[in-house]
Amino acid sequence: MDFALTEEQRMLQDSVSGYLTNTCSIEIIREAAAAGQAHNTMLAQGLAGLGVTSILVPEDFGGVGLGFLEAALISESLGAVAAPVSFTSTAVMAPVALLNAGSEEQQEAHLPRIAAGAAVYGVAVTEQIGRRDSDGIQAADGKLQGQAMFVLEGMDADQIIVADSIGALYLVDATEVKKTALKTIDRTRSVAKIEFSNTPAELLPGSASSREPLLAMIDAGRVMLAADTLGAGQKMVKDSIAYAKERRQFNRVIGSFQAVKHMCAEMAAELEPCRAMVWYAAHALDAMPDEARLMACHAKAHLSEVGQFVARTATEVHGGMGMTDLLGLHYWFKRIGLDRQLLGAPELVREEAALAQGWL
Amino acid sequence: MDLAYNQQYTEFRDELRSFLETHGSESPPAHERGKPSSQAVAWQQKLIEHGYAARTIPKEYGGYGAEPDILEAHIIAEEFARAGVRMGHNGDNRLVPTVLELGTEEQKQWLIPPSIRGEMNWCQGYSEPGSGSDLASLTTKAELDGDEWVINGQKIWTSGAQHADMIFCLVRTEPDAPKHNGISYLIFTMDTPGIDVRPLVTMTGEAIFNEVFFTDVRVPKDQIVGQRGEGWFVANNTLKHERGGLGDPNQAESRFHDIVEIMKRETIDGQRLIDNPVYRDRLLKLQGKMLAMKFNGMRVLSHFAKDEEPGLPRWIVKLNGCELNHQMANMAIDALGELGVLYDDSAHLRDGGMWQQRYMLDLGLIIGGGTAQIQKNMIGERALGLPKEPKYEQQA
Ligand SMILES: Cc1cc2nc3c(=O)[nH]c(=O)nc-3n(C[C@H](O)[C@H](O)[C@H](O)COP(=O)(O)OP(=O)(O)OC[C@H]3O[C@@H](n4cnc5c(N)ncnc54)[C@H](O)[C@@H]3O)c2cc1C
Repeated sequence: MDFALTEEQRMLQDSVSGYLTNTCSIEIIREAAAAGQAHNTMLAQGLAGLGVTSILVPEDFGGVGLGFLEAALISESLGAVAAPVSFTSTAVMAPVALLNAGSEEQQEAHLPRIAAGAAVYGVAVTEQIGRRDSDGIQAADGKLQGQAMFVLEGMDADQIIVADSIGALYLVDATEVKKTALKTIDRTRSVAKIEFSNTPAELLPGSASSREPLLAMIDAGRVMLAADTLGAGQKMVKDSIAYAKERRQFNRVIGSFQAVKHMCAEMAAELEPCRAMVWYAAHALDAMPDEARLMACHAKAHLSEVGQFVARTATEVHGGMGMTDLLGLHYWFKRIGLDRQLLGAPELVREEAALAQGWL
Repeated sequence: MDLAYNQQYTEFRDELRSFLETHGSESPPAHERGKPSSQAVAWQQKLIEHGYAARTIPKEYGGYGAEPDILEAHIIAEEFARAGVRMGHNGDNRLVPTVLELGTEEQKQWLIPPSIRGEMNWCQGYSEPGSGSDLASLTTKAELDGDEWVINGQKIWTSGAQHADMIFCLVRTEPDAPKHNGISYLIFTMDTPGIDVRPLVTMTGEAIFNEVFFTDVRVPKDQIVGQRGEGWFVANNTLKHERGGLGDPNQAESRFHDIVEIMKRETIDGQRLIDNPVYRDRLLKLQGKMLAMKFNGMRVLSHFAKDEEPGLPRWIVKLNGCELNHQMANMAIDALGELGVLYDDSAHLRDGGMWQQRYMLDLGLIIGGGTAQIQKNMIGERALGLPKEPKYEQQA
């Protein structure tokens, strides 16, 4: 029994984090935000070179075939720098859908492209979690009708994986749909409204009569968003501690005031167990199928709650500076804010946790 | 990440499970107070024989004599919690490890065997009326007179002093030394003349702790652990042994399952509480916190198993774990509603009034053993490296 990362896992995370710290500066984030361009191709290529997009793709398809725990470590690193790059949908949810439900031809056509970082994959599943401003998608005769909201990476996608109203999954060429950017508070990831009208779509056959592939894809996405929040939260706590050691008021550094010290201690105390929780939930996806859904729900919900607390508290530690664009801490505040709502807000996800343990 | 236990541990767990199935019913009730009953002493004896209590205490001092193994210790805690059976003990979990590590050979032979059998019961005389969180300011003094210490002063909040045979006590022996360097760690029997124990009734209605007054209490000179003036460090040395300690996640998990049972069992207007979405959401939030602390506990355990210092994940256990236990007791009370505030031997009382007790006593655990605020100071200063507060200058 060893509840810890392996040497290889630590090295992987160090190499991704190292690359990101050197390349993903606050200027890159500002540029992405200003241009409304949430997928920075320079970063995407660099990350693909490190094996980030091939993380879950089996070696037979040109990937490295690692697990969800490795993917979660990467997601955490991306959250820590608020990287404007598609990861959860392209590198995790899409391969999960293809591996669980795709035909051999579909796998051969798409998995190598994902592994090579050659395409962005969007994911349209929101209507299966909680519908708003939308009636969902109807499928008939290989064509899709209707509107999907909050499509992950919808603006940058080359291909979109779409769930219809009964949870079957389809692959759609993104040039065949009408996309409208939904501007969110967070400009480091793109979210879109996608309209389908007689749009040709390829069914992933394994999803025709089972909702499992859809649910497995959502579970994986939730754990990645939880990990992203972990990384972003960690960054906000670190910045708060550094600021509290440096900023002076009343002739003392503010970190010597108990009120400030306790804000920092509370953030650390709430966030630190979340790391173990993300590890466990990711490992459950890899190795403990009986627990995977429940843990994915709890990781998503709990990290959302703790993330919200950390995001506001870290901003408070910085005083007025915390609110400014100049400091840029708000990018992480917003990143955490978007993570919380995507793929199910905590209230919704906890109900699924109740279902997963037979309480409903 | 490897969550499987190897064969040595799975066999150990299986044996323990079947032991608990066969013998679990012989264990004394969970909250027995006062001196251990003969049933409790017999249970302890059985546990030591099987190696489920005093497991790593050397045989020569009456223990089972196994090599320390943190995973075995964890399995024992986990399985007893799961079975809802009262754990055995290693004697007082603060005194015995201290004497084992820092005591003289004579002290070990005198104190350890009866302590682990439950025949010598201890109380901890640290806090004083003027010295709680600021423990090192304590003023109870001991002066050497020939071959004896002469002790004068007062302790307070001394849990179990009214039933204890012995006390381990911090006293000031070097009044001129800086405050942390002037303290010594003395041990003596509670029937020494000059000790006056006055029970303090707590909010539960029971006397759990006491005031203890010392008037010219004479204690043999060699009943000191460590050297004169080293008492502060002797007392703190024990803390490193406190691994399960306050805020133990095993307890939280089994309590959580008890609350789920309550919510499946109890109804309002015929609706089970677990079918009420408002109560259910609160339960699920608690489950999330409980799981995070459980996994954090596994992470800490794995560090210890590799002889690594866990750092932050360990610093937060007392703060988070005690808070979580208290929130769970609150949840149970709220799920029971009016039934949850029934008390004593009232009709309709549920679970023997256990949750009402916990709801109050768990608050005591947030305060005792270093308050939540002191924990936050320690996390801030020691784990996060934030500066201490400037010293308060007394205004003229
Ligand atoms: C159930 C129970 C059992 C106990 N059993 C024992 C026992 O067996 N033996 C024993 O020796 N003691 C025992 N204690 C005493 C316990 O260790 C003390 O209560 C504890 O250390 C707090 O001290 P105090 O009660 O004097 O509170 P105080 O120190 O007076 O604290 C009062 C309030 O001030 C806050 N405070 C104090 N200093 C600071 C600071 N520097 N920064 C921020 N806030 C601060 C505290 O957090 C608290 O909220 C027990 C206590 C309880 C509740």
